[in-house]
Amino acid sequence: MAKTATRPAVVHAVPKSPTGIQGLDEITGGGLPRGRPTLICGGPGCGKTILSMEFLINGARQFDEPGVFLSFEESVEDLTLNFASLGLDPRPLAARKKLSLDYVRVEPNEIEETGAYDLDGLFIRLEHAIDAIGAKRVVLDTIETLFSGLSDTRVLRAELRRLFNWLRTKGVTAIVTGERGEGAMTRHGLEEYITDCVIMLDHRVVEQNATRRLRVVKYRGSTHGANESPFFIDESGISVLPITSLGLQHSVSPSRLSTGVPDLDGMVGGKGYFRGSSILVSGTAGAGKTSLAGYFVEAACRRRESALYFAFEESAAQITRNLRSIGLDLEPFLRKGLLQIHAARPTTSGLEGHLSAMHRLVEENKPRVVVVDPISNLISVGTSVEVRAMLARLIDFMKVRQVTALFTSLTVDEEHPEGTDIGISSFMDTWLVLKNIDRNGERIRTLDVLKSRGMPHSNQVREFVLTSQGLKLLDVVRDQGRVLIGSERAAHVGDHAVPVRRPARRARRR
Amino acid sequence: MSPKSAHKARKPGKARATGDFYDLRLYIAGQTARSLAALANLQKICDEHLEGRYRIEVIDLLERPQLARGDQILALPTLVRKLPEPIRKLVGDLSNTERALVGLDLRPRASSRA
Repeated sequence: MAKTATRPAVVHAVPKSPTGIQGLDEITGGGLPRGRPTLICGGPGCGKTILSMEFLINGARQFDEPGVFLSFEESVEDLTLNFASLGLDPRPLAARKKLSLDYVRVEPNEIEETGAYDLDGLFIRLEHAIDAIGAKRVVLDTIETLFSGLSDTRVLRAELRRLFNWLRTKGVTAIVTGERGEGAMTRHGLEEYITDCVIMLDHRVVEQNATRRLRVVKYRGSTHGANESPFFIDESGISVLPITSLGLQHSVSPSRLSTGVPDLDGMVGGKGYFRGSSILVSGTAGAGKTSLAGYFVEAACRRRESALYFAFEESAAQITRNLRSIGLDLEPFLRKGLLQIHAARPTTSGLEGHLSAMHRLVEENKPRVVVVDPISNLISVGTSVEVRAMLARLIDFMKVRQVTALFTSLTVDEEHPEGTDIGISSFMDTWLVLKNIDRNGERIRTLDVLKSRGMPHSNQVREFVLTSQGLKLLDVVRDQGRVLIGSERAAHVGDHAVPVRRPARRARRR
Repeated sequence: MSPKSAHKARKPGKARATGDFYDLRLYIAGQTARSLAALANLQKICDEHLEGRYRIEVIDLLERPQLARGDQILALPTLVRKLPEPIRKLVGDLSNTERALVGLDLRPRASSRA
């Protein structure tokens, strides 16, 4: 049980049973109402059964609450196979009497109604199963199947009402699933009887991407997030991503960490980024975004801080090879496990998938720095409103954990890279803009700090080069009030014999 | 019922025509009025239609709850016809004799009737 020593501030809060499902406990403020039935409804394939099973399995594994799963739709064999493939194999728990699965088969063709009856058989069966393992949690999935086998709906309704009341007196925390009906939450109006907590699941396709949504419709005696939250099902079960912001209550750190490029540290107040801040590096193709990200993680690894690199454009091998060409060797850190690179194509799963995977990895690995390269590729799998909301969530999530995060963003507009960054810049504390300008037949790389909250920062557009020795910012050279760049500067520097730290060797990066 | 359907049901192979043995199981929960009514109604049907070729086993689930699972019992009372096959389930106190007989295949299903 997730009982803490500190007394909760709200005295009359409804006692709750944690689901152990990432995000769901957060939305519900601690789980489902303890000792009461919760209705989970939605269309076919929306994830009702998985959510219910995970509730039981987590209950048995994490909270020492045995559970009974009464399935009206799938046989025990089918259920077991389906869940074993999801990493939620019920068999070990069943063997230890922490979980009991039972299939209640309703076969309309076999049943003839010959007079008055009640559902005592079901009650007895359920009670027997509960008592046999001392169950604290119960799932009835999907009890409305009874309506297909028994025709006397008046009796059925009365009996269901009796069943839910009986579950309450029995003190078990129950999930009752129901299929969405026409114009109603469930086909047979179960929402009339289960009023403690109702959660609705939805599975829809938006721009060819299947997205799942969860919403707490009501929760008696408790506050809850009312928004639709995306959720995702993968090999480790369900994760819900609360879309509401975590708020701006996180503590801020005055400590700083290096950008990995000493000259760049100089541009942002002389000490680098704030710890726990978010950095956006935007620029056109080939402007050097990944290189800058590479410096950032390399510096972190040198400080022995763990780093997570999410790559949506290149494979891990490609990134390390390319960074080696500018003198950055990430291999040792990868081997030591200090750095992890997770590469995936944005289209391999929905946006929820990526964001939930990122959440989970950050949660599990507790990195100090994170790179998302590039964040703009995620836009290709979601509409920008969603991206913004989820990104805000991810950023808040990392800020709370004092994770410093660097996001790269590919911009299309050569002249105004600021314009294409889907309004995410407002979440960012530091914004670097890289350009790869075509001027008089040569490509010139420039870098400038568009903003950097809470620190003095340079207002100069600096020219830089990427060489086999690394990324070098070139000193600013002025002539008659103009900043000279490219061959103009080289010519100027040559003419006036101004000392330069390093000759402008320029290596084109591929 | 139409004579035609009655005739059809009397064809060889049908349970009631071949004189099959009836293995019946009545599930109840305690000695309630409904349980007793179901048992009385069943006894009456057997006496009238199955003389000498039936067996009734009464299972009280309050005493043996574990048996509810095997025969997939939900509603009570439920009469399960184990033999002759196929298995049939009759839900309710058997007060509707007509439907009980249909359920036991002792009378043809009145599908053609209005």
